[in-house]
Amino acid sequence: MSNPVTAPTTSDIPRQPLDWLPVALPLMVAIAAFPLVGNPWTWLTLTVAGLAMGMIIFMVSSGLMLVFGLMDVLNFGHGAFIALGAYVGLAVLMPLTPWVEATSVLLNSAVFALALCAGVIVAGVVGFVFDRLLIQPVYGNHLKQILMTTGGLIIVEQLIRAIWGSETVSFNLPASLRGSWLLGEAAVERYRIVALGIGSAVFLGLLLVLTRTRIGLMIRAGVENREMLEAMGYRTRHLFVGVFVVGAMLAGLGGVMWGLYLQNFTASIGAQINVLIFIVIIIGGLGSTTGCLIGALLVGLTSNYVGFAAPKIALFSNILLMLLILLWRPQGLYRVVDR
Amino acid sequence: MTDKGAPLLALDKVETRIGPYHILHGVDLVVPEGGATMLLGRNGAGKTTTARTVMALWRASAGSITFGGRDITREDAPTIARLGVGYVPESMGIFSDLTVAENLRLAAISGHLDPKRLDVIFSAFPAIKRFWLGRAGTLSGGQKQMLSIARAIVEPRRLLIIDEPTKGLAPAIIANMIGVFRDLKATGVTILMIEQNFALARAIGDTVAVMEDGRIVHHGSMAELADDDALQRRLLGLSMSAHQ
Repeated sequence: MSNPVTAPTTSDIPRQPLDWLPVALPLMVAIAAFPLVGNPWTWLTLTVAGLAMGMIIFMVSSGLMLVFGLMDVLNFGHGAFIALGAYVGLAVLMPLTPWVEATSVLLNSAVFALALCAGVIVAGVVGFVFDRLLIQPVYGNHLKQILMTTGGLIIVEQLIRAIWGSETVSFNLPASLRGSWLLGEAAVERYRIVALGIGSAVFLGLLLVLTRTRIGLMIRAGVENREMLEAMGYRTRHLFVGVFVVGAMLAGLGGVMWGLYLQNFTASIGAQINVLIFIVIIIGGLGSTTGCLIGALLVGLTSNYVGFAAPKIALFSNILLMLLILLWRPQGLYRVVDR
Repeated sequence: MTDKGAPLLALDKVETRIGPYHILHGVDLVVPEGGATMLLGRNGAGKTTTARTVMALWRASAGSITFGGRDITREDAPTIARLGVGYVPESMGIFSDLTVAENLRLAAISGHLDPKRLDVIFSAFPAIKRFWLGRAGTLSGGQKQMLSIARAIVEPRRLLIIDEPTKGLAPAIIANMIGVFRDLKATGVTILMIEQNFALARAIGDTVAVMEDGRIVHHGSMAELADDDALQRRLLGLSMSAHQ
């Protein structure tokens, strides 16, 4: 036997070059919108608002990207976890109003972090129950998944109404997150900058886990050939339950952020954004974290620019965006899963 | 510890149904430890179903399967794999979105690659080393087959179940495969191989089982079958001269 060798670090097969065009799309959209908006300060305000909105949409979408994009579970109940996140966040912020209104950044940050953690944990626990009761019995059957998860969404919404009431609820952001910073004549809301930061952290975390860890390898392999992964000694059932729970937790996190972004909402907050989330995932390409982020940023930017320049077509702007992207790339911006 | 000749895998009157189809009708098969058993038969005879039933990818509806003296009939695929059974399916089962390196890392249940085994793999399949960081989906059919086999031997296994490893491969690659399988046998691993290529089966096999209509219709030594043209014609509908 020859001497042991270490694993090689180079390959004769050139690595597939990164497809930069979709990455550049948000920038291209922003540049194209400039002449439509006219005023550079208004354009800057709209751009930051669009990016922040996109980041929050990414946070609420990333969970479904895992569950639908990777696991092929058509979860129409994803909005339930968003609504839960928003209401649990509210349930933490309301009794801690003194901390919310305090002038201390530390207390404001603590109450904000508590709300985020509570939203994530409750959504995760409910996600686990949701998976056991509603998803596992209909695994692999899309039609039944739609029926079961839609039913689950209705049940969670009604439970929220029973606990917190049907009326619109409203609450304030922690004091330090209110208001804006002025950049010239552009007003950049503080909360939107925080949303950009948290969204970026979620994106990097997801990307690292999926591409740099053994769990990520197992998820990617299991999505492609679950049977082979089992024949290699891995229990995919536990793995996929974990992915579903993480998806629900991400929706809970996004729900808290989305609720704080809107500041006024009802129990339908999740159902209302469900369609938008599917649009983002379809634009991004099934199972692609980067595609999901770009899709969400495009939706956020387009909504803001169109809402300002042509309010009459604002309602259709997301559908129009999806149509244009799919005409260009029928599988979405990046395709990870062949389906 | 290997007890050469003692049965490592034994199927006793195994029946398998897939939906409304009754595929295996009481398969009795013994795979002795430390050699290569070739499972031959025409298309549709039930060879792949037998392999998948052993791996618990399809469930036996009757009969029993024992591995190393342990009843594995009701065990699931991950448990059977962790008992030391490596499986190379007919479809190869490559994770095409992962790199060659990632495919092998995942196959190493212990979580780390043994440099000595990696060395053996690189010697047997130089393409694995050359395309280490390339996406597995970009490999040719022969290279994918090499990767699939490399994955199965990346850690020590007691039994390798290999389903038609030479299907669609060029003769030069098949000749290389024969050398690889002989080297593998020399390490003491037991092989159960499904194969249509009789020349390869003869070159590697110690024992042979022939299937027909979901049953084992012949079981014996490979040398005996290789020397008996009439038996080959009766069992396989072929003659050795066509495969020299």
